[in-house]
Amino acid sequence: MDDLLQEFIAETRETLEALSGEIVAWEAAPTDRTRLDAIFRFVHTVKGSCGFLDLPRLARLSHAAEDVLAAVRDGQRLPDTALVDAVLAIVDRIGELVEAIDAGAPLDDSCEDLLIAALAEDARPAVVAQPAAAMRSNGRSVRLNVDLLDRMMSGMSEMVLARNELARRLRDEQVDPLVEAALERLSLTVSDMRDTVTRTRMQRIDALFSALPRMVRDTAGELGKSVALSIDGADVELDREMIELMRDPLVHIIRNAVDHGIETPAERRAAGKPETGRLLVSARQSGNQILVEIADDGRGIDSDRLAAKARAQGLVSDAALASMDAAARLDLIFHAGLSSRDTVTAISGRGVGMDVVRSNIEHIGGRIQLANRPGQGLTIVISVPLTLSIMSTIVVGVGDQRFAIARQSVDEILRIGGETVRIDTVGDAQVATVRGRRLPLVSLGRLLGIGTGGETNLAIVATRDGDYALAIDAVIDAEELVVKPAAPAVMATGVYAGHTLPDSGLPMLLLDASGIATVAGLRFLHGILAEEEAAAAAPARGVLALMFEDLDDQRRVLPLAAIDRVETVSTAAIRRTGGQLRLAIGGHLVPLHAAAAIGERADLPVLRLTDGSTEIAYAIHEPVEIVQLPGEVAPARGVGPVAGVVIIDGEQVELLDAHALFAGALQPAGDRLCWLQRDAGGWMETFLRPMLESMGYRCVMQPPPDGPADVALVMDGATIAPAAARNVVRLRQERPSDGDPASIYRYDRPALLDALAHAVGDR
Amino acid sequence: MGLFLIAHIAGRGVAIETSQVDSVVDIAQVIAVPRTEAAVRGLVALRSRVVTVIDTGTALGLDPTPASARRAVITRIDGHLYAILVDELEDVSVFEAQPLSPGLALDHGWARAGIGLVERDGEPLLIVDLAALVPQQTLAA
Repeated sequence: MDDLLQEFIAETRETLEALSGEIVAWEAAPTDRTRLDAIFRFVHTVKGSCGFLDLPRLARLSHAAEDVLAAVRDGQRLPDTALVDAVLAIVDRIGELVEAIDAGAPLDDSCEDLLIAALAEDARPAVVAQPAAAMRSNGRSVRLNVDLLDRMMSGMSEMVLARNELARRLRDEQVDPLVEAALERLSLTVSDMRDTVTRTRMQRIDALFSALPRMVRDTAGELGKSVALSIDGADVELDREMIELMRDPLVHIIRNAVDHGIETPAERRAAGKPETGRLLVSARQSGNQILVEIADDGRGIDSDRLAAKARAQGLVSDAALASMDAAARLDLIFHAGLSSRDTVTAISGRGVGMDVVRSNIEHIGGRIQLANRPGQGLTIVISVPLTLSIMSTIVVGVGDQRFAIARQSVDEILRIGGETVRIDTVGDAQVATVRGRRLPLVSLGRLLGIGTGGETNLAIVATRDGDYALAIDAVIDAEELVVKPAAPAVMATGVYAGHTLPDSGLPMLLLDASGIATVAGLRFLHGILAEEEAAAAAPARGVLALMFEDLDDQRRVLPLAAIDRVETVSTAAIRRTGGQLRLAIGGHLVPLHAAAAIGERADLPVLRLTDGSTEIAYAIHEPVEIVQLPGEVAPARGVGPVAGVVIIDGEQVELLDAHALFAGALQPAGDRLCWLQRDAGGWMETFLRPMLESMGYRCVMQPPPDGPADVALVMDGATIAPAAARNVVRLRQERPSDGDPASIYRYDRPALLDALAHAVGDR
Repeated sequence: MGLFLIAHIAGRGVAIETSQVDSVVDIAQVIAVPRTEAAVRGLVALRSRVVTVIDTGTALGLDPTPASARRAVITRIDGHLYAILVDELEDVSVFEAQPLSPGLALDHGWARAGIGLVERDGEPLLIVDLAALVPQQTLAA
């Protein structure tokens, strides 16, 4: 939070400095709309920041000033001298408060009520005592001009390139070892410097995202809404300047989403949506841009109402409105002074915001796009240029060419022909299956139209939309490279993110991971909607099943629905106890089914199966992949838990019978409540209880507090309150039935179980 | 009057305004750029910078410039460096730029690239705008 506060102080201070000119100008010409807008934006921004920095005094001042300025903007009040003075007094006071916060000095708040009162229409000018002295603290950081950083950065890049060239030239010649040593030192310094310079500019976008959860929570709380925020891609690195410039727009957009977009729980229920609204904020790198996406599943923008409001406020003429298409109408949201909301809240909704957002984004060379789904949500995508110029890359070879690919987009590199990779052709597309995960396969050589010298490796490439496998000839190196934007004609191919000059002295192209996916025609479902669509579509697509290699080397499949998860367990946790194999896991014992002996291995994968209440485990050799079960199943003959045989990829595969697995050897659900009345010797607890529990009775030793037990077991002549159990089974110590004829000898197991079953109504 | 560099492109003599010329070089090994336009021959390293090489023949809609061509004029367009391959370079001298003769029908890319004429010893030479040889991204993209 301290960082945010420092940012806020520095920013407010800077804006105030810039604003001082505007203030003077506004004093001279109070009707000037642009000056008014500038001051309005300032107080609005301060108000917004105060909201989540918890600065109530500043929030109160700025909110009051904003109210008055909004009234002036709407033409409800005239900016006379008294009003201008009062607003300026507040702007000054904001400045004083900010300095006081920075210096950690207390500031008396007695005059703030006066200042706010002075804003009233009939107020008399307030007389405010000037603060004794400025309390500006000495900062330990320097705010640098970004141009300076830019020049430093490009100088650095040139230095790296010059070093590379020098190294290359020296390699070709016989040189004095001393020269080599000097070059070595230079190289070290240069790379050190490069890291430092890079760090001065780059910052994880996390710096921008870290304040969001709190802000969303607080904002939603104030509005009585429930919002689940998910954040993705917080480790994307972005230019520090961009981060600072994106902070306000992002805050505005998110507040808008919570305030305007996401409906109240009652409205959401009525619309058939889950009560908790979803807000997804994600960042990703795409080509030479960073995309920040804010998606909500709220009501979206009502563009007709927006148009009506714009007309009512006289911002556009009827004729202009009539000629607008849907996109143009939607664009009205960016019009200064327009709000789609009828009521003003403390959160947002004054029409300031989207116009400021757009101008801020455009100021840094970015773009903002809206994807409106009325009734279903709004997605806002902000794209800003990537100035990242030093990149950690992996150099790959295809044919006789080399390409770099950003390391952050490569999850892992695997050998084709290894055990973990399987490549199949589906239709005319290739699919790689990696540890049961199926990924579209793109051959880089074929995509680029270069002959390959034999593809030996797969790079698993992660893009925001989805992952795919990229087949390459060789992995050559990992290298830090200075990447520059390539010529437009090169970028237009869509598969490159820039070019670079590595130590080899030959130019190299940097591949754009998501661009390749697009050019290769890969389609990934993504976004909030896609998740839901996928969830809705899944049942209709037939039964998905896991294909695996069983312990007896047979391929078998089992419907996914029966599998809770696949886990690798240590074989030490598997023992044959109590007549069957059991797996000790997480403090529980789970019956384990194995088709063959486990053999000598330290660990093995098991499928944890569940039917909703009971759990069993099934030991396998290794999972293969997820397949779709064909409709036709040839029934099995003979014994064993095999329901039938299906054909998958032309291969005969046994379909496991989940029902048989659960039915065989498994305990009935322990839902019969059995109260064992405590006896003197503890026989009930030590002898009887384990046996009954293994038969599926749930045993308690105390009268159950919540209603009667299904059955109570008592010894000899013990008495029992009739209300505590529906039935009573009486046991006796001695074998001969000389006592109570209704009692059962305690070691007469069949009779005891039979009596119990009768008592609970199972027979 | 202006300074012009006289060069041969696709067998014709042309004049290039020296304000467009960054330098004149013999380029090193060209690295191909798969999937790009035919007029882009590839990338080449030039004094620790990466330069995009333009196959001038293809850019003009004529036969491709031979792969052996090494001599190039370096020009900077929109912040990017390009090497425009030429057959041969002559000298730099002062000429007076004249408008294209009325009725002169230029074929192929010449029509796009030609912006005027200079006269050397009575022989008219087309003034070529190097920027017109560089494939540009369309505005919509």
